[in-house]
Amino acid sequence: MANLILTPNLPRADDTYADLLAAHEGLSKAASDALNARLILILMNHVGDQAIIREALKAAKLENESA
Amino acid sequence: MNKIFEIPLYPYTRHPDQDASSPVRRKVVIVGAGPVGLAAAIDLAQQGIEAVILDENDRVSFGSRAICFAKRTLEISDRLGCGDPLVEKGVQWNIGKVFFDERKVYDFNLLPEGGHRRPAFINLQQYYFEEYLVNRLRALESEGAPVSIRGGSKVTSIEDRGDHVSLVVKTPEGAYTLEADWLIACDGAASPARQILGLDFVGRVFEDNFLIADVVMDAEFPTERWFWFDPPFNKGQSALLHKQPDGVWRIDLQLGWNIDKEKEKKPENVIPRLKAMLGEEVNFELEWVSIYTFQCRRMERFRHGRVLFAGDSAHQVSPFGARGANSGLQDTDNLVWKLKLVIDGSAPASLLDTYDVERVYGADENILNSSRSTDFITPKSEQSRIFRDAVLDLSEHYAFARPLVNSGRLSMPCTYDTSPLNTTDALPDAPARARPGSPCPDAPVGSGFLLDQLGKGFTLLVLNTDAPAAVSVGEVEARTLSIAATKELAERYLGEATSAVYLIRPDQHVAARWGRYDETAVKSALARACGKEL
Ligand SMILES: Cc1cc2nc3c(=O)[nH]c(=O)nc-3n(C[C@H](O)[C@H](O)[C@H](O)COP(=O)(O)OP(=O)(O)OC[C@H]3O[C@@H](n4cnc5c(N)ncnc54)[C@H](O)[C@@H]3O)c2cc1C
Repeated sequence: MANLILTPNLPRADDTYADLLAAHEGLSKAASDALNARLILILMNHVGDQAIIREALKAAKLENESA
Repeated sequence: MNKIFEIPLYPYTRHPDQDASSPVRRKVVIVGAGPVGLAAAIDLAQQGIEAVILDENDRVSFGSRAICFAKRTLEISDRLGCGDPLVEKGVQWNIGKVFFDERKVYDFNLLPEGGHRRPAFINLQQYYFEEYLVNRLRALESEGAPVSIRGGSKVTSIEDRGDHVSLVVKTPEGAYTLEADWLIACDGAASPARQILGLDFVGRVFEDNFLIADVVMDAEFPTERWFWFDPPFNKGQSALLHKQPDGVWRIDLQLGWNIDKEKEKKPENVIPRLKAMLGEEVNFELEWVSIYTFQCRRMERFRHGRVLFAGDSAHQVSPFGARGANSGLQDTDNLVWKLKLVIDGSAPASLLDTYDVERVYGADENILNSSRSTDFITPKSEQSRIFRDAVLDLSEHYAFARPLVNSGRLSMPCTYDTSPLNTTDALPDAPARARPGSPCPDAPVGSGFLLDQLGKGFTLLVLNTDAPAAVSVGEVEARTLSIAATKELAERYLGEATSAVYLIRPDQHVAARWGRYDETAVKSALARACGKEL
C-alpha cells in the first residue's frame, strides 16, 4: 500500500515555503505557470510511485477529507 | 508517370460465377483488398481454405497513407511468405530527433534488442506493402492455392442467412449474387458492410487537421525521424519529417481546426508551407497530398454472426503511433487460424467470439495509445498545453522527461492478458514478456530464428526438457519443437527457470507455459486454446 505523507514532514517548513515563493518572484503569470508545471513534473518523477501520485492527486482535490 | 498506384493490378474480368444459374457458394469471401483483406486471403490460402477477395477498385492504395510497418507486422508477413521484399525495400531507422520552438531538445536511438530477425520497424509506402501482398497472393494462386481477387466488384448488399451469407456484387457488367460460408469485411474506415448491416462505429473525433504530403527530393536529410512541436515554420502546431524508399519523404503538418481544406490542399498553398520547412533552396516534387481529420473509434463487436470485421472497418485510430495497418494485420493473424479450425469442424464456432474479445482488447489499447499521443501533440486545454510545454522544456535538460514526450508510441503487438484461451501461468517467475497471451519474442535458433519455426498450427516449444513429438486433442495437434536453450532463448523464455514447455498458438501467441511436460495439463490447455472450454 502506498503511503502518502499528509502530516508535517518538512524540517524547515518556513524556509522551504519561502524558497517556493522566491522562485516565483517577478515572474509573469505564464512564466509562473510554466515553473509550477516543471516543478510538479520533477517532483512526480522523484516520487516515482504511481500509487502515491494518485493519492496525492486525490488529496490535492480535497476529496478524501473525513472532516 | 508510372506509379504503382496508377496501374490496375487486378482489373475487372468476367467471372463464371456471374453466369451461374444459381448463386455460387464460396468458403470465405473478403470484402476489400487493402492490406488487411490481402493478408487475410493469403493466410487462408496458405492453409488451403478457399478465399475470394472482392474490391470495387482494381489497384493499390492511392498515395502512400501508411508508412511505418512495425516488427510484428513484418513477422506476420514472414509467416505469410512475403516478409523479405518488404524489408529489402523498406527504410530502416533508429535515430529520432525532437524539436521544440527553434531548437532541438533531444535525440534518441531506438537501440533495438539484438537477436531478432526483423527490425523494430521499417518505413515503406503503403502502395508497396499492398503490391508485395498482391504479388504473394498471385504466386499462391499460380501454385494452385484456392485464392483469387476480383477487381471492379463492389459489394452492395449483405445478408446473414444463418448458415451462409448472401451478397450482391456490382460490376461494370451488372450485378450478381454470391454466397459465402463466412464473410470478412475489410472494407476500410467508411465500411459499406458496416453501414449495410446498420452497425455502430462510435468514438472520438479530434478537432484538428493534418496536411500529409509525400514529396520526392534529393536533399541531404538523414534517415531519421524528426518531430517538431511549435516550430517557427508552423507556429503553434506540429510537424513531422520521415523518410521512405525512393527518395520520398513524408511530411505531416498540423493545421488546426478552422481551416478551408480544399484551399489548403492546393499546390500553391502547400508548396510555400513546405519551403518554409525544408528551406527555400531545396528542390522537391509533390507526389501526394491529402488533409485528414483523425478519429479514434471502434465497433462494439467485431463478430456479427457469419460476418467478421477486420482492420479499419472495425476500428480506426489516429496515425500517431502507426497503429492502423499494423493492428489490422494483427486482426487477421488472430482470426484466420480460428476460422480454419471452425471451418474444419475442429473447434466450436464460439471460438470466433474470442477473435472479438481479443481484438477488441487490442483495439482499445491502440485507441488509448493513439489518443494519448494526439492529446500530447494537440493539447486540449490551456493547462494541458502548459504541462506539455513543461515536459518539452525539461526534456532538453533532463533525461527523466524524455519518456513523457509523446509524438506517437511505437506500435507494439498486444498481449492478450485476459483472454479466455489462456491457461493460468504455471511458470510465473519466467520472463513476463513471454507470459500467456504474449506474442512470442523472437530469438536466434541455429542459423535461423525461432519465429520461422512457429505458426504452422499449434507448437509445443520445449526448452531443456523432454516431451513427446506431438500431443492431440480431437483433430487438433500441437507439434513439439525441442531446443536446447541458447543465451537469447534462455533470457526471453526461461529467466530463473531451468526448463520450460510453452504451448504456442498458430498466431505465435503463448497460450500456456509450464516448467515441465505434463500430459493432462498440456491437453487441457490445448483444448482451452481451441475454444473447447468456452
Ligand atoms: C495519413 C495516414 C497515415 C497512416 N500511417 C500509418 C502507418 O504509418 N502505419 C499503419 O499501420 N497505418 C497507418 N495508417 C492507417 C492505414 O492506412 C490503414 O489502417 C489501412 O489502410 C487499413 O487497411 P484496411 O485493409 O483495413 O482498409 P483500406 O486500406 O481502407 O482498404 C479497404 C478496401 O476496401 C475496398 N472497398 C471499400 N468498400 C467496398 C465495397 N463496397 N466493395 C468492395 N470493396 C470495397 C476499397 O476499395 C479498399 O481497397 C495511416 C493512415 C493515414 C490516412
